[in-house]
Amino acid sequence: MTDMPPDFARKVDIRLTVNGETVEARVDAGRHLVDFLRLDLGLTGAHAGCEHGVCGACTLKVDGDIVRGCLVLAAQLDGAEVWTVEGLTDSGALADLQDAFVARNALQCGFCTPGMLVAAADLLADGGVPSRAEIREHISGNYCRCTGYEAIVDAIETVARARAGTEAAA
Amino acid sequence: MKAATAGYVRATSLSHAVTLLAASKGQARLLAGGQSLVAAMNLRLAGETALIDINGLSELGGITADGAVLRIGALTRHRELATSPLVASLAPAIAQAAPLIAHAAIRTRGTIGGSLAYADPAAELPACMLALGATIVVAGPQGLRRVAAEDFFVDLFTTALAEDEMITAVEVPFAEPGERQATLELARRSGDYALAGIVLARKADGPRIAFFGVGPTARLARSAMAVLASGGDGEAAAAVLDRDLDPPDDVHAPAAVRLHLARVLLRRALAATQTGDA
Ligand SMILES: Cc1cc2nc3c(=O)[nH]c(=O)nc-3n(C[C@H](O)[C@H](O)[C@H](O)COP(=O)(O)OP(=O)(O)OC[C@H]3O[C@@H](n4cnc5c(N)ncnc54)[C@H](O)[C@@H]3O)c2cc1C
Ligand code: FES
Ligand code: FES
Repeated sequence: MTDMPPDFARKVDIRLTVNGETVEARVDAGRHLVDFLRLDLGLTGAHAGCEHGVCGACTLKVDGDIVRGCLVLAAQLDGAEVWTVEGLTDSGALADLQDAFVARNALQCGFCTPGMLVAAADLLADGGVPSRAEIREHISGNYCRCTGYEAIVDAIETVARARAGTEAAA
Repeated sequence: MKAATAGYVRATSLSHAVTLLAASKGQARLLAGGQSLVAAMNLRLAGETALIDINGLSELGGITADGAVLRIGALTRHRELATSPLVASLAPAIAQAAPLIAHAAIRTRGTIGGSLAYADPAAELPACMLALGATIVVAGPQGLRRVAAEDFFVDLFTTALAEDEMITAVEVPFAEPGERQATLELARRSGDYALAGIVLARKADGPRIAFFGVGPTARLARSAMAVLASGGDGEAAAAVLDRDLDPPDDVHAPAAVRLHLARVLLRRALAATQTGDA
Protein backbone atom coordinates (compact mmCIF):
# COMPACT_ATOMS: atom_id res chain seq x y z
CA MET A 1 0.00 0.00 0.00
CA THR A 2 1.21 3.47 -0.80
CA ASP A 3 0.66 6.91 0.69
CA MET A 4 -0.45 5.78 4.13
CA PRO A 5 -0.17 8.56 6.69
CA PRO A 6 2.97 8.13 8.80
CA ASP A 7 0.93 7.29 11.92
CA PHE A 8 0.55 3.71 10.70
CA ALA A 9 3.36 1.41 11.87
CA ARG A 10 4.28 -1.99 10.48
CA LYS A 11 6.00 -2.95 13.74
CA VAL A 12 4.44 -2.30 17.12
CA ASP A 13 6.11 -2.33 20.54
CA ILE A 14 4.15 -4.10 23.24
CA ARG A 15 4.67 -4.87 26.92
CA LEU A 16 2.35 -7.42 28.49
CA THR A 17 2.35 -10.26 30.97
CA VAL A 18 2.18 -13.84 29.76
CA ASN A 19 1.56 -16.51 32.40
CA GLY A 20 2.51 -13.98 35.05
CA GLU A 21 5.81 -12.89 33.51
CA THR A 22 6.50 -9.55 31.86
CA VAL A 23 7.23 -9.75 28.15
CA GLU A 24 8.43 -6.93 25.92
CA ALA A 25 8.37 -7.41 22.20
CA ARG A 26 8.30 -5.69 18.84
CA VAL A 27 5.73 -7.45 16.68
CA ASP A 28 4.51 -7.27 13.11
CA ALA A 29 1.24 -5.36 13.00
CA GLY A 30 -0.56 -8.42 11.63
CA ARG A 31 0.89 -10.99 14.05
CA HIS A 32 -1.88 -13.08 15.65
CA LEU A 33 -1.78 -13.64 19.37
CA VAL A 34 -1.58 -17.40 18.84
CA ASP A 35 1.41 -17.05 16.49
CA PHE A 36 3.09 -14.57 18.82
CA LEU A 37 2.85 -17.14 21.61
CA ARG A 38 3.83 -20.14 19.53
CA LEU A 39 6.48 -18.73 17.22
CA ASP A 40 7.93 -15.80 19.16
CA LEU A 41 7.64 -17.11 22.73
CA GLY A 42 7.78 -20.87 22.12
CA LEU A 43 4.51 -21.45 23.99
CA THR A 44 3.03 -24.06 21.68
CA GLY A 45 0.15 -25.17 23.91
CA ALA A 46 -2.51 -23.17 22.10
CA HIS A 47 -2.97 -24.63 18.63
CA ALA A 48 -3.70 -22.88 15.36
CA GLY A 49 -6.29 -24.86 13.45
CA CYS A 50 -8.67 -23.04 11.15
CA GLU A 51 -7.33 -19.49 11.75
CA HIS A 52 -10.72 -17.97 11.18
CA GLY A 53 -12.44 -18.38 14.49
CA VAL A 54 -14.36 -21.56 13.84
CA CYS A 55 -12.51 -24.43 15.56
CA GLY A 56 -11.53 -23.07 18.99
CA ALA A 57 -8.10 -24.78 19.07
CA CYS A 58 -6.49 -21.38 19.76
CA THR A 59 -8.68 -20.49 22.79
CA LEU A 60 -6.71 -18.43 25.34
CA LYS A 61 -7.37 -16.10 28.24
CA VAL A 62 -6.83 -12.36 27.87
CA ASP A 63 -7.59 -10.08 30.81
CA GLY A 64 -9.73 -12.80 32.36
CA ASP A 65 -11.85 -13.56 29.28
CA ILE A 66 -11.52 -16.42 26.84
CA VAL A 67 -10.71 -15.27 23.31
CA ARG A 68 -9.74 -16.65 19.93
CA GLY A 69 -5.97 -16.41 19.63
CA CYS A 70 -6.31 -16.31 15.84
CA LEU A 71 -8.67 -13.31 15.86
CA VAL A 72 -6.73 -11.07 18.24
CA LEU A 73 -3.58 -9.26 17.15
CA ALA A 74 -0.55 -9.18 19.44
CA ALA A 75 -0.25 -5.45 18.64
CA GLN A 76 -3.51 -4.91 20.51
CA LEU A 77 -2.21 -6.44 23.73
CA ASP A 78 -0.06 -3.69 25.16
CA GLY A 79 -0.70 -3.83 28.92
CA ALA A 80 -2.76 -7.04 28.72
CA GLU A 81 -2.56 -10.14 30.87
CA VAL A 82 -2.45 -13.38 28.87
CA TRP A 83 -2.74 -16.93 30.21
CA THR A 84 -2.01 -19.99 28.11
CA VAL A 85 -2.62 -23.64 28.86
CA GLU A 86 1.03 -23.89 30.01
CA GLY A 87 0.61 -21.17 32.63
CA LEU A 88 -2.76 -22.46 33.76
CA THR A 89 -1.24 -25.94 34.08
CA ASP A 90 1.70 -24.68 36.16
CA SER A 91 -0.67 -22.79 38.43
CA GLY A 92 -2.65 -25.99 39.05
CA ALA A 93 -5.88 -24.34 37.87
CA LEU A 94 -6.53 -27.11 35.35
CA ALA A 95 -5.26 -30.12 37.31
CA ASP A 96 -8.64 -31.66 38.14
CA LEU A 97 -9.90 -31.08 34.58
CA GLN A 98 -6.77 -32.63 33.12
CA ASP A 99 -7.09 -35.65 35.39
CA ALA A 100 -10.75 -36.04 34.43
CA PHE A 101 -9.93 -35.77 30.71
CA VAL A 102 -7.43 -38.62 31.12
CA ALA A 103 -9.75 -40.71 33.29
CA ARG A 104 -12.71 -40.28 30.93
CA ASN A 105 -10.71 -40.78 27.73
CA ALA A 106 -11.69 -37.26 26.66
CA LEU A 107 -8.61 -36.79 24.52
CA GLN A 108 -7.37 -38.86 21.65
CA CYS A 109 -4.93 -37.00 19.38
CA GLY A 110 -5.05 -34.07 21.79
CA PHE A 111 -5.14 -31.34 19.15
CA CYS A 112 -8.32 -29.76 20.49
CA THR A 113 -7.49 -30.43 24.15
CA PRO A 114 -5.74 -27.16 25.14
CA GLY A 115 -8.65 -25.11 23.75
CA MET A 116 -11.20 -27.46 25.33
CA LEU A 117 -9.52 -27.17 28.73
CA VAL A 118 -9.37 -23.38 28.62
CA ALA A 119 -13.01 -23.15 27.50
CA ALA A 120 -14.11 -25.68 30.14
CA ALA A 121 -12.23 -23.89 32.91
CA ASP A 122 -13.97 -20.66 31.87
CA LEU A 123 -17.39 -22.30 32.19
CA LEU A 124 -16.61 -23.84 35.58
CA ALA A 125 -15.17 -20.57 36.91
CA ASP A 126 -18.75 -19.37 37.40
CA GLY A 127 -19.31 -22.13 39.97
CA GLY A 128 -22.33 -24.39 40.17
CA VAL A 129 -22.96 -27.53 38.15
CA PRO A 130 -23.93 -26.69 34.57
CA SER A 131 -26.32 -29.05 32.79
CA ARG A 132 -24.98 -31.19 29.99
CA ALA A 133 -26.81 -28.90 27.56
CA GLU A 134 -25.03 -25.88 29.05
CA ILE A 135 -21.68 -27.65 28.79
CA ARG A 136 -22.38 -28.49 25.15
CA GLU A 137 -23.41 -24.90 24.46
CA HIS A 138 -20.24 -23.51 26.04
CA ILE A 139 -17.91 -25.79 24.08
CA SER A 140 -19.96 -25.50 20.88
CA GLY A 141 -17.18 -23.35 19.41
CA ASN A 142 -14.52 -26.02 19.99
CA TYR A 143 -14.14 -28.74 17.36
CA CYS A 144 -12.80 -32.16 18.25
CA ARG A 145 -11.81 -33.94 15.04
CA CYS A 146 -11.54 -37.19 16.98
CA THR A 147 -15.17 -36.58 17.98
CA GLY A 148 -14.61 -37.17 21.67
CA TYR A 149 -17.51 -34.93 22.61
CA GLU A 150 -19.43 -37.37 24.83
CA ALA A 151 -16.31 -38.10 26.85
CA ILE A 152 -15.40 -34.41 27.00
CA VAL A 153 -18.83 -33.50 28.35
CA ASP A 154 -18.50 -36.38 30.86
CA ALA A 155 -15.14 -35.08 32.06
CA ILE A 156 -16.34 -31.50 32.48
CA GLU A 157 -19.48 -32.63 34.27
CA THR A 158 -17.46 -34.86 36.62
CA VAL A 159 -15.23 -31.95 37.62
CA ALA A 160 -18.18 -29.60 38.10
CA ARG A 161 -19.83 -32.11 40.45
CA ALA A 162 -16.59 -32.82 42.30
CA ARG A 163 -15.91 -29.12 42.81
CA ALA A 164 -19.46 -28.46 43.98
CA GLY A 165 -19.20 -31.43 46.34
CA THR A 166 -15.93 -30.23 47.85
CA GLU A 167 -17.34 -26.76 48.29
CA ALA A 168 -20.48 -28.08 49.93
CA ALA A 169 -18.35 -30.25 52.23
CA ALA A 170 -15.94 -27.43 53.07
CA MET B 1 -3.10 -18.19 6.30
CA LYS B 2 -1.76 -15.04 7.88
CA ALA B 3 -3.27 -11.59 7.86
CA ALA B 4 -1.73 -9.06 5.51
CA THR B 5 -1.40 -5.78 7.32
CA ALA B 6 -0.24 -2.50 5.88
CA GLY B 7 0.09 -0.88 9.27
CA TYR B 8 -1.48 -0.35 12.65
CA VAL B 9 -2.28 2.69 14.74
CA ARG B 10 -4.00 3.04 18.09
CA ALA B 11 -6.57 5.83 18.07
CA THR B 12 -6.35 7.97 21.21
CA SER B 13 -9.67 9.82 20.91
CA LEU B 14 -12.80 9.82 18.78
CA SER B 15 -11.59 12.84 16.82
CA HIS B 16 -8.20 11.15 16.32
CA ALA B 17 -9.95 8.08 14.92
CA VAL B 18 -12.09 10.17 12.56
CA THR B 19 -9.03 12.17 11.43
CA LEU B 20 -7.07 8.98 10.71
CA LEU B 21 -10.02 7.49 8.85
CA ALA B 22 -10.41 10.59 6.68
CA ALA B 23 -6.65 10.85 6.03
CA SER B 24 -6.40 7.23 4.90
CA LYS B 25 -8.96 7.79 2.12
CA GLY B 26 -10.62 4.42 2.30
CA GLN B 27 -7.42 2.42 2.68
CA ALA B 28 -7.71 1.84 6.43
CA ARG B 29 -10.30 -0.07 8.44
CA LEU B 30 -11.40 0.44 11.99
CA LEU B 31 -10.48 -2.48 14.24
CA ALA B 32 -13.12 -3.07 16.92
CA GLY B 33 -13.60 -6.67 18.10
CA GLY B 34 -11.77 -7.97 15.04
CA GLN B 35 -14.04 -11.02 15.01
CA SER B 36 -15.08 -10.40 11.42
CA LEU B 37 -12.24 -8.17 10.22
CA VAL B 38 -9.28 -10.27 11.39
CA ALA B 39 -11.04 -13.41 10.16
CA ALA B 40 -11.44 -11.77 6.72
CA MET B 41 -7.80 -10.65 6.77
CA ASN B 42 -6.69 -14.18 7.63
CA LEU B 43 -8.62 -15.45 4.63
CA ARG B 44 -7.02 -12.64 2.59
CA LEU B 45 -10.49 -11.47 1.67
CA ALA B 46 -9.77 -7.98 2.91
CA GLY B 47 -6.60 -7.34 0.89
CA GLU B 48 -3.67 -5.62 2.60
CA THR B 49 -5.36 -3.61 5.30
CA ALA B 50 -4.18 -0.75 7.49
CA LEU B 51 -5.82 -0.83 10.89
CA ILE B 52 -7.08 1.91 13.19
CA ASP B 53 -7.52 0.26 16.60
CA ILE B 54 -10.43 1.94 18.41
CA ASN B 55 -10.42 -0.36 21.45
CA GLY B 56 -8.87 2.28 23.69
CA LEU B 57 -11.69 4.81 23.18
CA SER B 58 -13.64 4.81 26.43
CA GLU B 59 -16.16 7.27 24.93
CA LEU B 60 -17.37 4.40 22.73
CA GLY B 61 -18.26 2.19 25.70
CA GLY B 62 -21.04 2.14 28.23
CA ILE B 63 -24.72 1.26 28.38
CA THR B 64 -26.90 4.04 29.84
CA ALA B 65 -30.61 4.80 30.18
CA ASP B 66 -30.89 8.32 28.87
CA GLY B 67 -34.37 9.94 28.84
CA ALA B 68 -36.49 7.57 26.77
CA VAL B 69 -33.65 5.74 25.05
CA LEU B 70 -31.11 3.12 25.95
CA ARG B 71 -27.75 4.36 24.70
CA ILE B 72 -25.32 1.56 23.87
CA GLY B 73 -21.76 2.56 22.98
CA ALA B 74 -20.31 1.13 19.76
CA LEU B 75 -17.58 -0.82 21.60
CA THR B 76 -20.04 -2.67 23.82
CA ARG B 77 -19.15 -6.35 23.53
CA HIS B 78 -21.75 -9.02 22.78
CA ARG B 79 -21.15 -10.54 26.21
CA GLU B 80 -22.00 -7.21 27.89
CA LEU B 81 -25.27 -7.08 25.91
CA ALA B 82 -26.09 -10.56 27.19
CA THR B 83 -25.45 -9.73 30.84
CA SER B 84 -26.56 -6.08 31.21
CA PRO B 85 -29.63 -5.68 33.47
CA LEU B 86 -30.49 -2.43 31.62
CA VAL B 87 -30.57 -4.22 28.26
CA ALA B 88 -32.58 -7.10 29.75
CA SER B 89 -35.28 -4.79 31.07
CA LEU B 90 -35.39 -2.02 28.45
CA ALA B 91 -34.52 -3.89 25.22
CA PRO B 92 -35.06 -7.59 25.97
CA ALA B 93 -34.84 -8.58 22.27
CA ILE B 94 -31.17 -7.52 22.32
CA ALA B 95 -30.49 -9.48 25.52
CA GLN B 96 -32.03 -12.54 23.84
CA ALA B 97 -30.07 -11.97 20.61
CA ALA B 98 -26.60 -11.61 22.15
CA PRO B 99 -26.14 -15.23 23.32
CA LEU B 100 -27.11 -16.40 19.82
CA ILE B 101 -24.10 -14.62 18.31
CA ALA B 102 -21.18 -16.98 17.66
CA HIS B 103 -19.45 -18.67 20.62
CA ALA B 104 -18.43 -17.50 24.08
CA ALA B 105 -14.81 -16.77 23.12
CA ILE B 106 -16.03 -14.61 20.21
CA ARG B 107 -18.67 -12.77 22.23
CA THR B 108 -15.99 -11.53 24.64
CA ARG B 109 -14.43 -9.52 21.78
CA GLY B 110 -17.10 -8.79 19.15
CA THR B 111 -18.84 -5.41 19.43
CA ILE B 112 -22.24 -4.03 18.53
CA GLY B 113 -20.65 -1.27 16.42
CA GLY B 114 -18.63 -3.82 14.45
CA SER B 115 -21.65 -6.02 13.89
CA LEU B 116 -23.81 -3.15 12.61
CA ALA B 117 -21.04 -1.73 10.40
CA TYR B 118 -20.30 -5.17 8.95
CA ALA B 119 -24.02 -5.65 8.19
CA ASP B 120 -23.95 -9.39 7.66
CA PRO B 121 -27.46 -10.35 6.46
CA ALA B 122 -27.52 -13.28 8.90
CA ALA B 123 -26.44 -11.21 11.92
CA GLU B 124 -28.85 -10.77 14.83
CA LEU B 125 -28.15 -7.19 15.87
CA PRO B 126 -29.11 -5.33 12.66
CA ALA B 127 -32.55 -6.99 12.85
CA CYS B 128 -32.84 -5.94 16.50
CA MET B 129 -32.17 -2.34 15.50
CA LEU B 130 -34.92 -2.48 12.84
CA ALA B 131 -37.54 -4.14 15.03
CA LEU B 132 -36.86 -1.83 17.98
CA GLY B 133 -36.77 1.33 15.85
CA ALA B 134 -33.23 2.23 16.91
CA THR B 135 -31.12 5.15 15.73
CA ILE B 136 -27.47 4.71 14.78
CA VAL B 137 -25.23 7.59 15.93
CA VAL B 138 -22.44 8.27 13.45
CA ALA B 139 -19.34 10.49 13.73
CA GLY B 140 -17.53 12.01 10.75
CA PRO B 141 -15.40 15.01 9.89
CA GLN B 142 -18.54 17.20 9.99
CA GLY B 143 -19.53 16.01 13.46
CA LEU B 144 -22.31 13.69 14.56
CA ARG B 145 -25.40 12.59 12.65
CA ARG B 146 -28.20 10.22 13.54
CA VAL B 147 -29.47 7.62 11.07
CA ALA B 148 -32.66 5.61 11.56
CA ALA B 149 -31.96 1.87 11.42
CA GLU B 150 -34.40 1.63 8.48
CA ASP B 151 -32.10 3.88 6.44
CA PHE B 152 -28.85 2.40 7.72
CA PHE B 153 -28.82 -1.11 6.24
CA VAL B 154 -28.60 -0.54 2.51
CA ASP B 155 -27.57 -3.84 0.95
CA LEU B 156 -25.44 -6.93 1.43
CA PHE B 157 -22.55 -5.84 3.72
CA THR B 158 -23.40 -2.23 2.83
CA THR B 159 -24.54 0.52 5.18
CA ALA B 160 -25.24 4.23 4.99
CA LEU B 161 -21.80 4.94 6.52
CA ALA B 162 -19.55 7.13 4.37
CA GLU B 163 -15.89 6.16 3.98
CA ASP B 164 -14.84 8.67 6.64
CA GLU B 165 -17.59 7.91 9.15
CA MET B 166 -17.85 5.59 12.12
CA ILE B 167 -20.53 4.41 14.53
CA THR B 168 -20.25 5.84 18.04
CA ALA B 169 -23.42 4.44 19.64
CA VAL B 170 -26.97 3.26 19.10
CA GLU B 171 -30.06 4.71 20.72
CA VAL B 172 -32.84 2.20 21.34
CA PRO B 173 -36.28 3.42 22.49
CA PHE B 174 -37.29 1.80 25.79
CA ALA B 175 -39.69 -1.10 25.54
CA GLU B 176 -43.20 0.16 26.34
CA PRO B 177 -44.75 -0.95 29.64
CA GLY B 178 -46.17 -4.43 28.95
CA GLU B 179 -44.38 -4.77 25.61
CA ARG B 180 -43.14 -8.29 24.92
CA GLN B 181 -40.13 -8.91 22.70
CA ALA B 182 -38.60 -12.06 21.25
CA THR B 183 -35.52 -12.96 19.23
CA LEU B 184 -35.54 -16.48 17.79
CA GLU B 185 -33.50 -18.23 15.14
CA LEU B 186 -32.87 -21.56 13.48
CA ALA B 187 -29.25 -22.56 12.93
CA ARG B 188 -27.61 -25.88 12.10
CA ARG B 189 -25.33 -25.75 15.12
CA SER B 190 -25.30 -23.51 18.18
CA GLY B 191 -23.16 -20.47 17.36
CA ASP B 192 -23.46 -20.76 13.61
CA TYR B 193 -25.03 -17.99 11.61
CA ALA B 194 -28.80 -18.47 11.42
CA LEU B 195 -30.55 -20.03 8.43
CA ALA B 196 -33.40 -17.70 9.38
CA GLY B 197 -34.14 -15.49 12.36
CA ILE B 198 -36.78 -13.12 13.68
CA VAL B 199 -37.00 -10.20 16.09
CA LEU B 200 -40.53 -9.33 17.21
CA ALA B 201 -41.57 -6.37 19.37
CA ARG B 202 -45.26 -6.24 20.37
CA LYS B 203 -46.05 -2.56 20.73
CA ALA B 204 -49.41 -1.02 21.65
CA ASP B 205 -50.05 0.23 18.10
CA GLY B 206 -49.05 -3.04 16.43
CA PRO B 207 -46.08 -5.38 16.28
CA ARG B 208 -42.75 -4.63 14.65
CA ILE B 209 -41.18 -7.65 12.98
CA ALA B 210 -37.70 -7.91 11.48
CA PHE B 211 -36.16 -10.96 9.85
CA PHE B 212 -32.50 -11.84 9.33
CA GLY B 213 -30.79 -14.49 7.24
CA VAL B 214 -33.52 -14.46 4.61
CA GLY B 215 -32.32 -11.73 2.24
CA PRO B 216 -29.41 -9.39 1.49
CA THR B 217 -30.09 -7.32 4.62
CA ALA B 218 -32.13 -7.58 7.75
CA ARG B 219 -35.58 -6.28 6.87
CA LEU B 220 -38.94 -5.33 8.32
CA ALA B 221 -41.88 -7.55 7.36
CA ARG B 222 -44.22 -4.67 6.60
CA SER B 223 -47.07 -6.68 5.06
CA ALA B 224 -47.17 -9.08 7.98
CA MET B 225 -46.98 -6.14 10.40
CA ALA B 226 -49.96 -4.49 8.66
CA VAL B 227 -52.02 -7.69 8.81
CA LEU B 228 -51.39 -8.06 12.55
CA ALA B 229 -51.93 -4.34 13.28
CA SER B 230 -55.37 -4.53 11.68
CA GLY B 231 -56.39 -7.52 13.79
CA GLY B 232 -55.35 -10.39 11.51
CA ASP B 233 -54.05 -13.55 13.17
CA GLY B 234 -50.68 -15.25 12.92
CA GLU B 235 -51.76 -17.49 10.06
CA ALA B 236 -52.88 -14.50 8.02
CA ALA B 237 -49.59 -12.75 8.75
CA ALA B 238 -47.54 -15.84 7.85
CA ALA B 239 -49.48 -16.13 4.61
CA VAL B 240 -48.30 -12.73 3.37
CA LEU B 241 -44.62 -13.17 4.31
CA ASP B 242 -43.74 -13.92 0.69
CA ARG B 243 -44.51 -10.26 -0.05
CA ASP B 244 -41.98 -9.14 2.56
CA LEU B 245 -39.16 -11.61 2.06
CA ASP B 246 -37.30 -12.77 -1.02
CA PRO B 247 -34.74 -15.22 0.33
CA PRO B 248 -31.88 -16.44 -1.88
CA ASP B 249 -31.25 -20.00 -3.00
CA ASP B 250 -27.80 -20.92 -1.75
CA VAL B 251 -25.69 -23.85 -0.62
CA HIS B 252 -27.22 -23.76 2.86
CA ALA B 253 -30.90 -23.82 1.94
CA PRO B 254 -33.24 -23.27 -1.01
CA ALA B 255 -35.39 -20.13 -0.95
CA ALA B 256 -38.56 -22.12 -0.26
CA VAL B 257 -37.01 -23.65 2.85
CA ARG B 258 -35.97 -20.27 4.21
CA LEU B 259 -39.43 -18.84 3.62
CA HIS B 260 -40.92 -21.83 5.40
CA LEU B 261 -38.53 -21.34 8.33
CA ALA B 262 -39.48 -17.66 8.48
CA ARG B 263 -43.15 -18.64 8.78
CA VAL B 264 -42.34 -21.15 11.52
CA LEU B 265 -40.39 -18.48 13.39
CA LEU B 266 -43.20 -15.94 13.05
CA ARG B 267 -45.68 -18.37 14.64
CA ARG B 268 -43.23 -19.22 17.41
CA ALA B 269 -42.39 -15.58 18.13
CA LEU B 270 -46.08 -14.65 18.27
CA ALA B 271 -46.70 -17.51 20.69
CA ALA B 272 -43.69 -16.51 22.80
CA THR B 273 -44.90 -12.93 23.14
CA GLN B 274 -48.56 -13.74 23.71
CA THR B 275 -49.95 -11.57 26.49
CA GLY B 276 -52.91 -12.46 28.68
CA ASP B 277 -55.44 -10.41 26.69
CA ALA B 278 -53.98 -10.90 23.21
C1 LIG C 1 -16.93 -18.33 13.91
C2 LIG C 1 -17.70 -17.05 13.92
C3 LIG C 1 -19.08 -17.09 14.05
C4 LIG C 1 -19.83 -15.90 14.05
N1 LIG C 1 -21.17 -15.99 14.20
C5 LIG C 1 -21.90 -14.85 14.23
C6 LIG C 1 -23.30 -14.89 14.39
O1 LIG C 1 -23.91 -15.95 14.55
N2 LIG C 1 -23.98 -13.70 14.39
C7 LIG C 1 -23.34 -12.51 14.24
O2 LIG C 1 -23.98 -11.47 14.25
N3 LIG C 1 -22.01 -12.44 14.10
C8 LIG C 1 -21.28 -13.58 14.10
N4 LIG C 1 -19.92 -13.48 13.95
C9 LIG C 1 -19.29 -12.15 13.79
C10 LIG C 1 -19.00 -11.52 15.12
O3 LIG C 1 -20.17 -11.40 15.86
C11 LIG C 1 -18.37 -10.14 15.04
O4 LIG C 1 -18.13 -9.79 16.36
C12 LIG C 1 -19.14 -9.00 14.43
O5 LIG C 1 -19.80 -9.25 13.25
C13 LIG C 1 -18.18 -7.88 14.09
O6 LIG C 1 -17.92 -7.16 15.21
P1 LIG C 1 -16.45 -6.78 15.62
O7 LIG C 1 -16.56 -5.82 16.73
O8 LIG C 1 -15.65 -7.99 15.87
O9 LIG C 1 -15.94 -5.97 14.35
P2 LIG C 1 -14.61 -5.98 13.52
O10 LIG C 1 -14.33 -7.34 13.02
O11 LIG C 1 -13.55 -5.30 14.29
O12 LIG C 1 -15.05 -5.05 12.31
C14 LIG C 1 -15.99 -5.45 11.34
C15 LIG C 1 -16.17 -4.32 10.33
O13 LIG C 1 -16.82 -3.21 10.95
C16 LIG C 1 -16.01 -2.05 10.91
N5 LIG C 1 -16.20 -1.36 12.19
C17 LIG C 1 -15.95 -1.85 13.43
N6 LIG C 1 -16.35 -0.96 14.37
C18 LIG C 1 -16.87 0.10 13.72
C19 LIG C 1 -17.46 1.33 14.13
N7 LIG C 1 -17.59 1.66 15.42
N8 LIG C 1 -17.88 2.19 13.17
C20 LIG C 1 -17.75 1.86 11.86
N9 LIG C 1 -17.21 0.72 11.41
C21 LIG C 1 -16.77 -0.15 12.32
C22 LIG C 1 -14.60 -2.57 10.69
O14 LIG C 1 -13.78 -1.61 10.08
C23 LIG C 1 -14.85 -3.77 9.81
O15 LIG C 1 -15.03 -3.37 8.49
C24 LIG C 1 -19.16 -14.64 13.94
C25 LIG C 1 -17.77 -14.60 13.83
C26 LIG C 1 -17.03 -15.78 13.82
C27 LIG C 1 -15.54 -15.70 13.72
S1 FES D 1 -7.46 -21.48 14.99
FE1 FES D 1 -8.56 -19.97 16.06
S2 FES D 1 -10.54 -20.77 16.06
FE2 FES D 1 -9.53 -22.16 14.78
S1 FES E 1 -8.78 -35.23 20.65
FE1 FES E 1 -8.23 -35.12 18.57
S2 FES E 1 -9.18 -33.29 17.97
FE2 FES E 1 -10.03 -33.62 19.89
